[in-house]
Amino acid sequence: MAEYQGNRDVLALLKEAQEKPGYLAAELLQQIARDCRIPVGHLYGVATFYGFLDTRPVGRNVIRICQSVPCYLKEVDAVAKAIEDELGIKPGEITGDGRFSLHRVNCLGACDHAPAMMVNGRVHVDLTPSSVIDILGEYR
Amino acid sequence: MTFAEIRERAVAEWEVMERSGKPRILVGAATCGRSAGALDVLQTINAELAKRNLDATVIQVGCIGLCYIEPIVEIAKPDRPRIFYSGVNADIAVQLIEDYLVNDNPRPDLALGALGEGSLDGVPQLFDLPMLQPQVRVTLRNCGFIDPEDTNHYVVRGGYSGLARALQMTPEQVIEEMKKSGLRGRGGAGFPTGTKWEFCHRAVGTPKYLICNADEGDPGAFMDRSVLEGDPHAVLEGMLIAAYAIGASEGYIYCRAEYPLALERLDIALRQMKELGLLGDNILGSDFSFHIKVKEGAGAFVCGEETALMASIEGKRGMPRPRPPFPAQSGLWGKPTNINNVETLANVSAILERGGDWYAGYGTEKSKGTKTFALAGKVTRTGLIEVPMGIPLRQIIYDIGGGIVGDKAFKAVQTGGPSGGCLATDLLDISVDYESLTAAGSIMGSGGMIVLDEESCVVDVARYFLDFTQKESCGKCVPCRVGTKQMLDILTRITRGQGQPGDMDLLLSLGQTVNQGSLCALGGTAPNPVLTTIRYFRHEYEAHINQKRCPALVCLDLITFYILPDKCQACMICQRSCPVDAIKGGKKLIHVIDQSKCVKCATCYEVCPERFSAIVKVSGETIEVPEEPIPLGAEE
Repeated sequence: MAEYQGNRDVLALLKEAQEKPGYLAAELLQQIARDCRIPVGHLYGVATFYGFLDTRPVGRNVIRICQSVPCYLKEVDAVAKAIEDELGIKPGEITGDGRFSLHRVNCLGACDHAPAMMVNGRVHVDLTPSSVIDILGEYR
Repeated sequence: MTFAEIRERAVAEWEVMERSGKPRILVGAATCGRSAGALDVLQTINAELAKRNLDATVIQVGCIGLCYIEPIVEIAKPDRPRIFYSGVNADIAVQLIEDYLVNDNPRPDLALGALGEGSLDGVPQLFDLPMLQPQVRVTLRNCGFIDPEDTNHYVVRGGYSGLARALQMTPEQVIEEMKKSGLRGRGGAGFPTGTKWEFCHRAVGTPKYLICNADEGDPGAFMDRSVLEGDPHAVLEGMLIAAYAIGASEGYIYCRAEYPLALERLDIALRQMKELGLLGDNILGSDFSFHIKVKEGAGAFVCGEETALMASIEGKRGMPRPRPPFPAQSGLWGKPTNINNVETLANVSAILERGGDWYAGYGTEKSKGTKTFALAGKVTRTGLIEVPMGIPLRQIIYDIGGGIVGDKAFKAVQTGGPSGGCLATDLLDISVDYESLTAAGSIMGSGGMIVLDEESCVVDVARYFLDFTQKESCGKCVPCRVGTKQMLDILTRITRGQGQPGDMDLLLSLGQTVNQGSLCALGGTAPNPVLTTIRYFRHEYEAHINQKRCPALVCLDLITFYILPDKCQACMICQRSCPVDAIKGGKKLIHVIDQSKCVKCATCYEVCPERFSAIVKVSGETIEVPEEPIPLGAEE
């Protein structure tokens, strides 16, 4: 039986499929489309619409730094720069060893403790340019 | 089980806990508490109790809203008022166990406030504190006081009695009760909840759906997160009541993926409800059956818009569609659907418990009840508050919020997030209700309040909001997709000193087009931050455009750093700190900034010793300084 068969909700299906490889490669989307008899164009449309779905490779650890106003007012840009300098990558890029990829995202809803970022599923807050370097050390 | 049995059991269990004489320790461990170290405190407390062989009940609770002084720990001992401690770390936790639990010294010096019967010398009543005194907590009635993972706690404090009452009424009577309360949608639109229910109740078609919108995404808003983490049953009970009123048998909670703890708490609460017969077939022995599924979002702001949200549940791109047909007629899967926000539903359960008249006793004539607000930005006491509608804005910012960080001057407050407007100082005495905020060009929105101080540039803030809506625009309507991009480009140009005469008129006209030519509220309200900042801060736009000057000294391309030769002591601190080697000078040579190299990172400005204060930041003016370093003292 095909791996993705079954009448499941597309968003949950894609999230689940993305979990292991980290992103939804074209071949993977084609396989899901065949298994579930959903047009691949529809799947691609959904995959490219949502911020938490990726159609391009990401790092083993995905860093999402908030770029909305409350974090901006608490100097999140200095934090982002510290991370960029430490990892040697810009938003949208992956480190050479594949350990991290960096993304700027909109509000994480942690404005009471701005500035904030999310690494994989975990939210880190009250960031400073030095504290983020320690936090990155927790992720292998 | 009947409701009477559920309640009886909850009360009995609660009394056993009360009568045990064991002290109770409550740790605020919502997302905000956890980020302040609440889980470490919790672990320390448990370890210390074990080490000393002390018997106490330790409970994780939600957030009471004082996010700026977390972690917060409450200790309740028999025959004593409950005492709240703020800013607790592992060391303080150990001390409190030693002093209060073992030696019965409640440490008034560490206490924030007391609650309940009795008083304690040197400890104020919690709700007499300036940040809590003006508050009326309906949505937040249980947040921070109950274990969100224990249904009994919710039931003991009156939970599910609203549902029990509703089930004794007809759906029409429930709708009437909602109308009486005057409750309006707390997600932002402010549509009367009772009327909305009535539309769906009268709609033809089965099944009917009820959706809880927990896709909170406005920058600066986090009330839904806090309610779901601190009191999920208040929302779920509201869902049951709404479903009963409209005749829905299926429900969804659409919660954003950025809130993992809220999702976890919802799962636990739903499981407990099923066990107690509060969810599923024949709820509380009645004919009413209802099922709830949780749908996790995937990082798309526009999915907070109701038609986009339904498209997302259906597994499509989350793009809004035209209304009519309204969801009440043709919503999820083409069936009659009612969508309410988290906060609205948390109010519903309280209203059915205590009555529509009670709720309508708060607020103004047209804006009844209470509203939560999330305070963020340059305000001293960031956190979550709940106040009666109609309270003056000044009271929120100053009395509750504690004014501006570092005693700087208040400049403006953005209410309603990216859909709202920026209100200036002369509007501080405005009454906070739907009508007054709309008249001022802003909106209530979901209740985010982002406070700006004198060091914030409103043009740059408007640009940030536009950047947000431009990125989150789903792209369906051309005026929104292209218009927000054009507006963003113009704002970016202005903040870079490339503004042109006529830019403001162009922004106003584009704003009107985007507002009128967009299907949904995302586009419809996207220009608001720009329109209101032009309305209240026109002079700042003019300074940027005509004089290439940023009055708040924020826009990098418009500011210049200078080293004042008569103040520089040639200490070389700034020279060594400059990341781009833009500072020339040396021992006994006063320093000079090479403006062609300077990246305006402000490092020199920050490291220059305060007793010298030799570095200045200016905009729109040139200061005469030597071009090359000169010997110290030579300038005199």
